[in-house]
Amino acid sequence: MANEGTVVLDNLVKTFPGMQKPALDRICATLRPGEMSGLVGPDGAGKTTLIRLITGLLHADAGSVTVEGFDSRTQAEAIHAIIGYMPQKFGLYEDLSVSENLELYADLRAVTGQARQSKFEKLLEFTELKRFTGRLAGKLSGGMKQKLGLACALMGDPKVLLLDEPSVGVDPISRRELWKMVREMLSGGMAVVWSTSYLDEAEKCDSVILLNEGRKLYSGPPNDLLDRVDGRTFQIRDIDDRRRRGVLMDLLRQDGVMDGVIQGKQLRVLLAKDTPVPRLDQGSWHRVAPWFEDAFIDVLGGGPGGYSALAERMAEKPVSDKPVIEAVGLSKQFGDFCAVKDNSFSVRRGEIFGLLGPNGAGKSTTFKMLCGLLQPTEGQAFVAGLDLRTATSLARSHLGYMAQKFSLYSSLNVLQNLRFFSGLYGLGGKRQKQQIDMMVEIFDLQHYLKYNAGELPLGFKQRLALACAVMHEPDVLFLDEPTSGVDPITRREFWLHINGMVEKGVTVMVTTHFMDEAEYCDRIGLIYQGENIATGTPDDLKARVQTEGGQPPTLEDAFIELVRRSELSAAGKTAA
Amino acid sequence: MSGRIFALIVKELLTLFRDRRGRLILIGPPVLQLVVFAFAATLEVKNVSVAVFNQDHGKHGYEIVQRLSGSPTFTEIRFVDNLSALRPLIDRQKVMATLYIPADFSRNIEAGEPATLQVILDGRRSNAAQIVNGYITQLVADYERAILAARPHLLPSTVIVARNWFNENLLYLWFTVPSLVGILAMLITLMVTSLSVARERELGTFDQLLVSPLTPAEILFGKTVPAVLVGMGEGLLIFAVGTGVFGVPFTGSFLLLLFALFIFVMSVVGVGLFLSALSQTQQQAILGAFIFMVPAVTLSGYAAPVENMPHWLQVASWANPLKHFLITLKGLFLKNMPFMDVWANTWPLLVIGALTLALAGWFFTQRLE
Repeated sequence: MANEGTVVLDNLVKTFPGMQKPALDRICATLRPGEMSGLVGPDGAGKTTLIRLITGLLHADAGSVTVEGFDSRTQAEAIHAIIGYMPQKFGLYEDLSVSENLELYADLRAVTGQARQSKFEKLLEFTELKRFTGRLAGKLSGGMKQKLGLACALMGDPKVLLLDEPSVGVDPISRRELWKMVREMLSGGMAVVWSTSYLDEAEKCDSVILLNEGRKLYSGPPNDLLDRVDGRTFQIRDIDDRRRRGVLMDLLRQDGVMDGVIQGKQLRVLLAKDTPVPRLDQGSWHRVAPWFEDAFIDVLGGGPGGYSALAERMAEKPVSDKPVIEAVGLSKQFGDFCAVKDNSFSVRRGEIFGLLGPNGAGKSTTFKMLCGLLQPTEGQAFVAGLDLRTATSLARSHLGYMAQKFSLYSSLNVLQNLRFFSGLYGLGGKRQKQQIDMMVEIFDLQHYLKYNAGELPLGFKQRLALACAVMHEPDVLFLDEPTSGVDPITRREFWLHINGMVEKGVTVMVTTHFMDEAEYCDRIGLIYQGENIATGTPDDLKARVQTEGGQPPTLEDAFIELVRRSELSAAGKTAA
Repeated sequence: MSGRIFALIVKELLTLFRDRRGRLILIGPPVLQLVVFAFAATLEVKNVSVAVFNQDHGKHGYEIVQRLSGSPTFTEIRFVDNLSALRPLIDRQKVMATLYIPADFSRNIEAGEPATLQVILDGRRSNAAQIVNGYITQLVADYERAILAARPHLLPSTVIVARNWFNENLLYLWFTVPSLVGILAMLITLMVTSLSVARERELGTFDQLLVSPLTPAEILFGKTVPAVLVGMGEGLLIFAVGTGVFGVPFTGSFLLLLFALFIFVMSVVGVGLFLSALSQTQQQAILGAFIFMVPAVTLSGYAAPVENMPHWLQVASWANPLKHFLITLKGLFLKNMPFMDVWANTWPLLVIGALTLALAGWFFTQRLE
């Protein structure tokens, strides 16, 4: 086994007490020097466990890990000397400045004398943190924190660099920079492990290990996996704007259509092997390059179909022309920090409006002002014409709310959660029982009724959270980062229900930092550093940055370009 | 009661009692604390060691030593044969006190002259030393009386007969157990309430409550009711163990106890929810609860009488719910306190509770800024 593999994983099994399934189940893989290995999978797939096993911080129940020939169980000390590890919640001391953090890591790694100064120079240069050496680590932006974390992890010239979800909480621009930096390390023969739940990052790795629920679905170069779905991915263009959700649902119900998502005005579809292109009464089919996510869905056996039992049973919401959600010059000041600046937009009935932006951009603050959780410093927020801070209980009973990380009561079981949330919205007696039974049936919760919400698999947590938010059939639905970290199948199922409800006239307000989730929205407000820098349909935003003869831009391209323009104009203003 | 408040109350009770660990925390520690407090936190002095240097060879010196060793308080008596041996025994805390009986002790008594004894006490343990001094003085005085009774021709002395009302035998348990009903009910109520909002904030479920049709007043009510139930249950549990197992008499009206306990627990719930509404995390909430708890017990009159405190502290202790309730408790247990006196010590609790609950409700929404 002493071939070119730097890290060799052999039949790793790890089970945590109290869990039904092993966190890692018979994982074999080899990580090579000079390669970027992507550790890819949704939350709870076992990525962090695997990284901790490599570092020797955890011991496997069975199987072995060797790093450069050292066994992680018996020679963990030797491994620690040659690895750089950046944990998920940056291993930084927030109350120390940038340079103090570096000093500390240099001391820990015994980097002294001449080497120390030149190392600092190099790392600060490399991470572009030179200007911020005096700033407290806790006061850095998400992207800068990750760069500093990277610098600290690189202090000891590691042979293996382990990065646990380095791109979480980082805006798309910093994400690209971080990626470039890490790629530069490879030329020195370092082996890099980059764990992520963003599937688009997987495509750019040299090799990937795809994990789902503790099992390895695939390992190897990403292109080999993409080849499996090559020629089966299509974009459908020129469909009636208002009907695209309906068309998608029809398509998804057909045999041979494995997956489909909305991409602005277009649809994107994955067909099963040897399936002829289905006939549609409108739109044109265009073959497009496959994505990693298509391949993931293919491995998992296809998406959830096109039938939302939830929306099916919902009553049509009354038609009205008045804006359902309205923000008028919303601003929020925390001390001398301006979280939201003069944000205005309005959302019609039956529309999905997305607030898109990196963590800390101010989208959650805007969101909270809209649902009445925060008092705006200036401006006003209206939902169905009412200010929710002062609205009556009756008015508030018409909205549904699903918070980040599904705020369920984890010590209560599924049934008790359902009872509580339905009771909260005034459902009682027969009607309550009827709605709960319906939710249990729709979301297939029958077998989990007696489980505590905290013990549910992530996908079921997501289902339960949605069930709790919509049991009272709200007119307006507020979703705060609804699907972060869940697997693509669960995410599709979630959006299937949302799309179905929107067809019935429910209005949806959603915050997200996922570009593909934003594609589901009818309109998007791009939030960057507290400002709404652009509002429009996903296609509008893309069209704004389309260069003549250039490649059609993705939403992420549009985001990066629009941010760049807004910074330019801001710089122009201050110069003037 | 509207359905949604009911749903909230059920949810609160479920989160408290659903898992076994939660139930254990509510029942185990208080009973343990009751036992520990009742037996260990006592001001009685027992198991005392004394050193005796008896130079007197007469019968009176011998009699004093006999009485000393016969007393249950003094479990160890060390005899030494020279004065210089006494000092190291005190220095090394081998004994609490030393008794020196001079050579002319019996002679002086027989001659009808004043006789002296010397007692040296360990002042580092001032409280216990004082009490031991009291015991020895008492013992010597008793003996003096016995001598006088045998020889009526000598000077008759005044005899003081002391009687302790309400607690005739000065049983320490009779003093601690009633106080523990209040202290432990307060402890549990504070724990339960201070965590309740902070936990939901930390997990993000509190936002969910705020956007739901519940009004802040309803949230307050829904959080108060289960906490009051738990606090009253706790108080009654300690009451039952105290009267049933420890045999402390309860002379007052049980209904009055229920009434006062209810209002006391309400006021503590107010304090707890107020602390919780101020906290962003459970850690802050627990810390806040202890910062309140420690001075509240110290200034309650449980360990030291409130009357001994400087005036400004006595004024400050008015805001301490426990101080008022301990008066009621001792009164109801030992002297059948009538309603008017109970009321006089209960209405301040209503003021404290109303203020803190109102503040808590206000902070539910304000703290979001």
